[in-house]
Amino acid sequence: MARYVLKRLMHTVLVLWAAYTLAFILLTALPGNAISNLINNPQNQLTPEDGKLLKAFYGLDHPVVVQYVRALDALLHGNLGYSLSSGVKVSDLLGDALPGTLRLTALGFVLGAVIAAGVGVGGSYARWNWLRTLLRSFPALAASVPSFVIGILILYYFSFQLHLIPAVDDGTFLALVGPAVTLGVMISAPLSQVFSASIAATRRQPFVHVLHARGAGERYIFGRGVLRNSSLPVLTMLGLAVGELIAGSVVTEAVFARNGIGQITLNAVNTQDLPVVQGVVLVATAGYVLVNLVVDVVHPLIDPRIRADILAARSKRTKRSTGSTPTGPGVDEAMSPRLPEEVAAR
Amino acid sequence: MSSDVTPRVARDITAPSGPVLAVEDLSVGYQAGRGTKTAVEHISFELEPGQVLALVGESGSGKSTIGHAILGLLPTNGRLLGGSVRYRGRTISDLSGGRLRGLRGRAISLIPQDPTVSLDPVRRVGPQVEDVLRLHTSLDTEARRQRVHELFELVGFDDVERRYRQFPHELSGGMRQRVLIAAAVAVEPDVIVADEPTSGLDATVQAQVLDLIDDLRRRGGTSVVLITHDLGVAADRSDLVGVLRDGRLAELAPTAAFVQNPQDEYSRHLLDNVPARLSFVTDRSGGTPSGDPEPAVEVRNLSKRYEGHTAVDDISFTVGRGRTFSIVGESGSGKSTTARVLTGLTQATAGRVSLLGTEVGTLNTKAFRPLRRDVQIVFQNPYASFDPRFDVLSVVEEPLRSFQPAGSARRRRQENRDRVVAALEAASLPASFLHRHPRELSGGQRQRVAIARALVLEPKVVVLDEPISALDVSVQAQILELLVKLQSELGLTYVFISHDLAVVRAISVRVAVMRRGRIVEQGEIAQVFESPASPYTAQLLGAMAGRQLAGR
Amino acid sequence: MTTTIENPTPPVEVRQTGQPGKAPRGRTLTILLWPIRHWSVVVAGAVLVVAVLWALVPGWFAHSDPTAIGATDKLLPPSSAHWFGTDRLGRDQYTRVVHGARASLSGSVVAVALGVAVGSVFGALAGWFGRWIDAIVMRLIDVVLSIPGFLLAITIVVVLGYGILQAAAAVGLTSSAAFARLIRSEVLRAKASQYVEAAVASGARSSTVLLRHVVPNSLGPTLSLVTIQFGIAIIWIASLSFLGLGAQPPSPEWGRLVADGRNFMASEPYLVVYPALTVAAVVLAGNRLARHFAERQKR
Repeated sequence: MARYVLKRLMHTVLVLWAAYTLAFILLTALPGNAISNLINNPQNQLTPEDGKLLKAFYGLDHPVVVQYVRALDALLHGNLGYSLSSGVKVSDLLGDALPGTLRLTALGFVLGAVIAAGVGVGGSYARWNWLRTLLRSFPALAASVPSFVIGILILYYFSFQLHLIPAVDDGTFLALVGPAVTLGVMISAPLSQVFSASIAATRRQPFVHVLHARGAGERYIFGRGVLRNSSLPVLTMLGLAVGELIAGSVVTEAVFARNGIGQITLNAVNTQDLPVVQGVVLVATAGYVLVNLVVDVVHPLIDPRIRADILAARSKRTKRSTGSTPTGPGVDEAMSPRLPEEVAAR
Repeated sequence: MSSDVTPRVARDITAPSGPVLAVEDLSVGYQAGRGTKTAVEHISFELEPGQVLALVGESGSGKSTIGHAILGLLPTNGRLLGGSVRYRGRTISDLSGGRLRGLRGRAISLIPQDPTVSLDPVRRVGPQVEDVLRLHTSLDTEARRQRVHELFELVGFDDVERRYRQFPHELSGGMRQRVLIAAAVAVEPDVIVADEPTSGLDATVQAQVLDLIDDLRRRGGTSVVLITHDLGVAADRSDLVGVLRDGRLAELAPTAAFVQNPQDEYSRHLLDNVPARLSFVTDRSGGTPSGDPEPAVEVRNLSKRYEGHTAVDDISFTVGRGRTFSIVGESGSGKSTTARVLTGLTQATAGRVSLLGTEVGTLNTKAFRPLRRDVQIVFQNPYASFDPRFDVLSVVEEPLRSFQPAGSARRRRQENRDRVVAALEAASLPASFLHRHPRELSGGQRQRVAIARALVLEPKVVVLDEPISALDVSVQAQILELLVKLQSELGLTYVFISHDLAVVRAISVRVAVMRRGRIVEQGEIAQVFESPASPYTAQLLGAMAGRQLAGR
Repeated sequence: MTTTIENPTPPVEVRQTGQPGKAPRGRTLTILLWPIRHWSVVVAGAVLVVAVLWALVPGWFAHSDPTAIGATDKLLPPSSAHWFGTDRLGRDQYTRVVHGARASLSGSVVAVALGVAVGSVFGALAGWFGRWIDAIVMRLIDVVLSIPGFLLAITIVVVLGYGILQAAAAVGLTSSAAFARLIRSEVLRAKASQYVEAAVASGARSSTVLLRHVVPNSLGPTLSLVTIQFGIAIIWIASLSFLGLGAQPPSPEWGRLVADGRNFMASEPYLVVYPALTVAAVVLAGNRLARHFAERQKR
């Protein structure tokens, strides 16, 4: 098990490095950047010497490969470079913005999970048919409404009409509720879809039929069998939902005019402030990949079959995957988030 | 074992007189679209304490529906259309959910069909058996665990504490079925519904599991409703036999009387088609009419190793031209791998394989292709072997197109069509099937299409990999008959792979018994069956169901 | 447990005719009842047809010019003359929503087409050839998928610049990894299937196996992802435009309209609500149809 965790950890680091490199390649393909914009802007009246000086300061006078190696070296020392537009350290910039965004996404995550649990269980077990139908139609509905629309509607009704929550971020918890609900509703769509589908699939399993035949009631069967079996795909989905949360926070922060990573990202994009964009991508990817690492480690704790696969994979390392042999999500596939088939099909 | 003729009714039973379970005029239907399709109609039977009733029928006959109806566990679209189920004189088919739950598992329990999927994959097996005790007894945690240990001993586990903590995937199919049996008898029910309890298990394991059920039943005086498709099992293991056809009870009779003298025409038909009673080989002595024919298939010291394990381990055999050679074995014996090597779907690791005089053992898939004109294969599951988008014509035509120059398909359309029709007719299918989709066909018809595909190139050797094991008994007989007819008409050489000894005996002259990659014994059918040289063969023969029938 | 009752097998098995034939009268009734039983599919189809027509021939639905500024008609509430009201420059909002369909829908078509094209090439190569090609492609997919998708799209927009096409390309490239992965696994599944093995065993050439069996059978499952991806692409492109990274003014893209109306939300909520509901309705309709086709395919 320790070996497995170590292996996943190493894989995580590799993926992070590759993602950073990919972002670097993408962004150096860019013809312009904040500095050249600055230099070329006639209003600034910079002499060619000033321009050279500026470029040298940011290391932009070197070939791309040297820039890359330097950036990587700095990265290993915890230095993400300097913002091109403000000259502030990128790590400071992100460090200031991160707590607010983390609070927002964490609350959104919890809300999303709670909504998904309610919709999944209620949609499968509610006593009234109409309620089940209603809850079952929720995921498709929530998935069809863009997050900025949800956010704006919440803002309109709860701030402007009902005055329940502040329209701008005044630092209170109440100001967090609007954007967090927006995020929660957004990520609850795929979560509840997967949960409902997997509850339904589990209840069709023969072992559930056998439990019925032993005289167990629905509640007993749910508690002892269905819940655990059907939460396995949800766990994978929770990891993937973090990616959506990060994306959603950019939009949501814009809607609710909150300071945070989202705001920084937009500013950086608008000013072509590459080190900041690069830093945001790195931090977001790190968060995303780490959460999925946790998911990978938790998975075998819940599902003994994956545990067995991990042990088997160690003894049969060289066996080539043909795609038909079901390897547990832990073994080779897990790192890359993927949509479970139920979601793709719905 | 149960070949003795002692009455099966347990002696020490003190239950009130009268049947423990009575089904009266039961009709069940399923909602399909806007209408209701009747699944079973007017079923009536009574079960005395300690009795075993076998419900026999082919797929779709409604036998499982009766089992579900007894437990009150019809699928959501199932409806009780009439009649009643009575337990100890009390009607239970109209009980409310809660009161019925009190009976399930305690009074009437279930041994389910497929042990591999009938246990919760993420829970340890001990607590799963404990569920029954938790639901129906007031035992405390320690007592429950103790009881499960006892039950595990009862079903033949040693090291019960370790078993208690194991997960289903750590147990074999047979062991999982033992766990399920332990759960079924945990609170000593009066009736056990055993729904195809051994389907998917190897013959030797099947015999062990059935022995276990028999033993537990005898000890506790429990009655059993044994649902099975296998008349052999029914004849060996029951007091009463009910034959189901189209949802009706065609015949209900004491087993001995039924075997001796079936009253219903359909029962007779089923009995006559039991593999144990079939024989297509006229010359049982195995003597060859005109000396030894030249070999069509020659295998010398063939081995196939995968990483980690050896699937086929140093086997040799020869198949004479125009003969049928059978390879019999349980799952994992390497018989299917042998078939794959013979048809070039995988390469041998070592040894020589010669097909019709060509060395093929180490040819890769591409180099093997020219040989496929003469060597074809029929798979166990025909439906999976058809491209889901193809109709019958495209399926059967494919081998023809493979050996015609690319792009000539249009020019040859009429010619190919005629050859496909001829192949279909050889497989006893009408030309009207050309544009049907395999989805619309029955299992037997699909296998006929697969046979037509194998024959359309007029090959010399056909490898048959479990060609009838997914089919109903009477259809099995028809397909076997067809195969034998084609062999004599076309002079085909068959390599017949099967797990079923009775089938092998019915069709082949020579047989090899495989176990764990090795051939433990091979020889003439008569010799292997009458005086097996290997103890494993003897064990396989002993586990064969239906000796009651064969011995008539 | 079988819930469908198979036709029982009579002893002479060839007599069996597969599916029981339906009575002709029942059949017509079924066809007539279909729209009623599947009303939501019908409504979804209608919504999509209207949206597509908006994109193709906006003039049929709105007669004024989406960019015509009406100095006296600023910020009018919805009325019979201006169904969705007018914006701060006095432009008819309904006309702008109708004309916005073209940017939104064509953007999502471009995005999905690009995603499928790039994804199928990589996925099919990896699945069919396997070995090192597969290893490289899979690692690449891993990396792309490890960056939160929307953020990757934003990064690509930084490189490509602002505009509806650029946004569409960014969304398409981002989604291509998911397509590649799906197509790879479908190709692998088809390759390992018994019908491919049967084709090989019956003598088929490997080109035949690829073109007649593997490719066509890999496409089916991809189609349902394609239909779903349309909805996602619309949402993402609208979100990018909402953030100011997609369509630029005066283009009436839907996300753009919502962003423009945001400042007037307290007093003129209709400026935001109608375009927002339009996006939601179109995506919902698309997903409903996608699910309908996925269900039919399953059968």
